[in-house]
Amino acid sequence: MHTLNVISAVFMKDLRVEWRHRETLASMCIFGLLVVFLFNFAFEPAREETLRLLPGLIWIAFAFAGVLGFNRSFAAERENAGLEGMRLAPVDPGAIYLGKMLANLFFMGIAEVVVVFATSLWYNFSFFPSLGWFALSTFFCTLGYVGVGTTFGAVAANTRMREVMLPVLQFPVAVPIFIAGVEASTGALKGDPVSDYGYWIKLAAGFGIIFVVLSYLLFEYVLEE
Amino acid sequence: MNKIFPPALHLIVTYVWLLVAAYTIFFYAPQEATMGEVQRIFYVHVSSAWTAMLAYFFIFLGSVAYLRKRRDAADDFAHGAAEVGFVFCTCVLVTGPLWAKPVWGIWWTWDARLTLTFVLWLLFVAYLMLRSYVINPGRSAVLGAVVGIIGFVDVPVDYMAIRWWRTQHPQPVIAGGSDSGLDPRMWVALFVTWGAFLCLFAYLMRQYLRLASLRREVGMMRRQRGVHVEA
Repeated sequence: MHTLNVISAVFMKDLRVEWRHRETLASMCIFGLLVVFLFNFAFEPAREETLRLLPGLIWIAFAFAGVLGFNRSFAAERENAGLEGMRLAPVDPGAIYLGKMLANLFFMGIAEVVVVFATSLWYNFSFFPSLGWFALSTFFCTLGYVGVGTTFGAVAANTRMREVMLPVLQFPVAVPIFIAGVEASTGALKGDPVSDYGYWIKLAAGFGIIFVVLSYLLFEYVLEE
Repeated sequence: MNKIFPPALHLIVTYVWLLVAAYTIFFYAPQEATMGEVQRIFYVHVSSAWTAMLAYFFIFLGSVAYLRKRRDAADDFAHGAAEVGFVFCTCVLVTGPLWAKPVWGIWWTWDARLTLTFVLWLLFVAYLMLRSYVINPGRSAVLGAVVGIIGFVDVPVDYMAIRWWRTQHPQPVIAGGSDSGLDPRMWVALFVTWGAFLCLFAYLMRQYLRLASLRREVGMMRRQRGVHVEA
């Protein structure tokens, strides 16, 4: 029970901080939108091509928006010595990780909804026919992405040039998530039967579980001074 | 170790062994039937790849050992394996395209094994960059160990994802599986080369460990004399 209290306290704290200055979420959404916007000049997809390029496009937007969010999530803690405070509290460091992770998951979910909405609008593409499976696969992929991203954000907060350091750590490790995310959303948006791409969702879920558990165990080392 | 097998002797052994490897590659091993002379790069390529993978495993071992026991030697071991392994991994990525161009007609393809090697190379880069960018040098070892462990656990998942991804889009280009039906003399050349590379790897690791312990000693002396220690 105690652990749950810690998780919800950290989660609510992050939400409250975000609600008061709205920096992280705003930059994540704007950045995601910019990627979608620029893509339009890079490729100018014809109508029939849209479906082939769209999953890749939204996953690139998610990836960059996410990295931005994970960076902010710990940069702010560092500036205000927030991590020192949490370290002093007699609580399980893994619970702090889970709280931060859930907050990042929440922010990333909102940014994803914004990006998907903009994509749907600007590329005249309706997500509704396959929304259920698309949302499910995106949820599991995002979970895995945020699972490692939160840990790496905390690691990168200890470095110079953390804006560069975080993507360098995050992208190679998240390769399975990109592949699974793009393949599963392609399958879902095409309207294929789930049996054709369901293993990608399973892979993403497996990745998420492995890395959330691993991060939970390793987070005490990231926090220590 | 230094008494029985001093570094100078190790260097000489490595040097001679590499010469022997060069001899077996160019004179002892027979010419490959379809690819011709260019196939001889195979011995360097595969030996580097195996050595790089071993180095990656050593990063993981060193990281776990460091988090458990907090011995500086374990961290030096992981960090040294990363630096040396990175060189071997780069060697794989350089010799690969040189071999692929005349044989496949292309420098690069996003085939499962190539992609995975590239991801491995990026993981080496990430680890080494992190080690040199950590602000507080005392934290570098712990953070490096965390990244070393996560990166190692990631490799099998990467492997699975990339394999599935590529079976979805089969590549017609890949031909001439060089692993199948190697001439016994080719096996000899391969293992002689790999042995030479392992010897070189061990030599570089020894040099790294010595350097790291000297560095630590100098740091300690400076602290004792109250001299400011730079990062």
